[in-house]
Amino acid sequence: MSERDYPLTWKRPPQILTHRGWRWGLQIGFAIWLVLALSTLDPNWTRIADGWERGMRFVYGFIQPNFSSRWRDISNGLVESLTMTLTSTVAGIVISVPIGIGAARNVGPAWIYYICRSIIAMSRALQEIIVAIFFVAMFGFGPFAGFLTLTFATIGFLSKLLAEDIEDIDEAQAEAIRATGASWWQVIGYAIQPQVMPRLIGLSLYRLDINFRESAVIGIVGAGGIGATLNTAIDRYEYDSAGAILLIIILLVMIAEYGSSYLRRFLQ
Amino acid sequence: MLEIRDLTKTYKTGDKALNNVSLSVPKGQVVGLIGPSGAGKSTLIRCINRLVEPTSGAITLSGRPLTGIGAGELRAMRRKIGMIFQEFALVERLTVMENVLSGRLGYVGFWRSYLRRFPAEDIQRAYRLLDRVGLMDQADKRADALSGGQRQRVGIARALAQEPELMLVDEPTASLDPKTSRQIMRLLIEICGERGLPAIVNIHDVPLAQQFMQRIVGLRAGRIVFDGTPAELTEAVLTKIYGAEDWAAMRKGTEEDKAADADTLREMLRLGA
Amino acid sequence: MSERSFPAEWRRRTPRQSLAIWTLWFGLVALTVWCWQVMNENTIWAFVADAPRQAADIGSRMMPPRWSYLPELLWPLWDTINIATLGTILGVILAVPVAFLAARNTTPSLLFLRPAALFLIVASRSINSLIWALLLVAIMGPGLLAGVIAIGLRSIGFIGKLLYEAIEEVDAAAVEAVTATGASRAQILEYGIVPQVLPAFWGITVFRWDINIRESAILGLVGAGGLGLKLQGSLNVLAWPQVTMIMLVILATVVLSEWVSANVRSAII
Repeated sequence: MSERDYPLTWKRPPQILTHRGWRWGLQIGFAIWLVLALSTLDPNWTRIADGWERGMRFVYGFIQPNFSSRWRDISNGLVESLTMTLTSTVAGIVISVPIGIGAARNVGPAWIYYICRSIIAMSRALQEIIVAIFFVAMFGFGPFAGFLTLTFATIGFLSKLLAEDIEDIDEAQAEAIRATGASWWQVIGYAIQPQVMPRLIGLSLYRLDINFRESAVIGIVGAGGIGATLNTAIDRYEYDSAGAILLIIILLVMIAEYGSSYLRRFLQ
Repeated sequence: MLEIRDLTKTYKTGDKALNNVSLSVPKGQVVGLIGPSGAGKSTLIRCINRLVEPTSGAITLSGRPLTGIGAGELRAMRRKIGMIFQEFALVERLTVMENVLSGRLGYVGFWRSYLRRFPAEDIQRAYRLLDRVGLMDQADKRADALSGGQRQRVGIARALAQEPELMLVDEPTASLDPKTSRQIMRLLIEICGERGLPAIVNIHDVPLAQQFMQRIVGLRAGRIVFDGTPAELTEAVLTKIYGAEDWAAMRKGTEEDKAADADTLREMLRLGA
Repeated sequence: MSERSFPAEWRRRTPRQSLAIWTLWFGLVALTVWCWQVMNENTIWAFVADAPRQAADIGSRMMPPRWSYLPELLWPLWDTINIATLGTILGVILAVPVAFLAARNTTPSLLFLRPAALFLIVASRSINSLIWALLLVAIMGPGLLAGVIAIGLRSIGFIGKLLYEAIEEVDAAAVEAVTATGASRAQILEYGIVPQVLPAFWGITVFRWDINIRESAILGLVGAGGLGLKLQGSLNVLAWPQVTMIMLVILATVVLSEWVSANVRSAII
């Protein structure tokens, strides 16, 4: 057998967009968009140059935070944030469980399914900040409005994931329990609850962490918590206090993250 | 010619995986390395291309040292050692061609490899190797679209693309069915024969080793306890390597495998290969 | 064989375990109640009682939405989408090196660079993009650029975390095989690791882009441009029908971006 002629070149075949026109079109379209988008940025360079010194002051504030001069405000804000976080998470879980069960396709009747799904959709579609604006307008300034906002957001998050978990359970186990002649409540208790409980605890801890982070934001629109303190500090150009608050938030989030991963391992 | 002298490997956990192992493999010889799991087979071949760093001892390939050299020299030496893996170890999301060309990475610069602009001779060699292992028309397929046997053929082509002076083969058939295992082993032996390549083959399947290897080395608890021809591999020797075991039952398994083998042969004749 | 006597009682947990679990639950409830009281020390319950009336009042003012306001919202909408997309691109550019420094199997230094990268990721994740925007507007003045940077800074943590976890999960055998060919470090990354994490990378990026669309819609509240700026203006003059219109636009954008992101992700995976 003589030596065959093998090709001397090889080109990697395109993997996702196999059509040449689409590939080019997409690339050119992206380039045009990028130019247009960057041109709308229109940065005000003199203003940015002015801000440079302030930016450096903020960096110094972050490196040398000042915990003491605004400590009363900071501690008040922290207490509000932390209490808001816990109460809203607990209230959110209590409300999410029935909604989550109702929103699982394999458990309840269709009309309950649609009601629960629309509650979830509404809660997820509305930004926390926008919800907070409304609650503040309705219930007045302070952590109570924040509590309601976070509870509302928790419902959308937990119910959706809980419903998905229930839909993903091992149907054979539920079948087996049903076959023993168990009632609807007994099926929930013996077949579904044991399967989704560890996940629910994990998700709740995760949501606790998110709620704390969010509690630092909604204060900006008047819903109480550390965010209000932060907003004031930035408005007054007290960057050392602002740095201190940000460091506290980062630290608490880190603690929450390590704590919840430890707790989850401990509970499983 | 591969020379290993007094190779010892102690892991951080304190486990002594290799204990004063000395071995030399002349050009063109295919050595089967057998032993129970945990005997240090995998550590031994990974010490040779220093994917595992040996604790002490010296290794030379064609007179050039593999131990005690810098990172750049090590890369240059690794190019000369082709390796074939148990689970194929292909980059699944790359095409077959890219997997074969990745055997040339030690020879080309980063930007060339990044832009997939390999020299023409590398491309030609890659096609020739794919043809040799029977995958000429699969070059543009993604590796994860292939069957197990085909993937191992790509693995062989990748190792050969390096133009190696030594082949290290780690359990090449552990993830394959008996029939494909034999096809792959036969291909490996043939290729090593064609090129006069020395090879060390880790193999857990004793009958397969006896059938294909010219020389067998038995490893137990990090020491060489047997070194001889397949014919010398008696039950007493096997007991020494593996501990007490019902060898008669295993031999019976061999009969079955022989039947599978005859089957393969028939099929190959039928296909006119 | 005689009949053995079997216990007539069975409990899932020992009394001690039950006690511990009940104590835990009781502690949690007590803590929640206590937090509730501390939180509501300054709550004016008269306002809360008044809330349903307030809600009805605002609700009646919000309807119907002011449709004629829509054309005025198109330009801010374009800005919002640009903030989100440019911010995502900025976030990706910054997050990719951080992720490679943070992943155990690719970091050049486990002792120094990895903890530094992990801290960067946590810091970025802890601070909401609205807070970043608040800071940046204070420093560099209002405008789209502050919004883009705020979104970018927040995205580092999200993309960085998910990406470094994906890098740590790559098939080590393939990386070993590429190493064994004598490839350099950069080549090992390009041939062994990048192809394996690429699908995860695109999925994470599109996912974050979807979240960024939501977040950029409100950044204007603190002066960083986009729809939020219009929202702030309308709220300030209590133009409720305009607020409704803005919320409808935001809602439509969010639904659309979620649809795009879900489709792109399922196409990749």
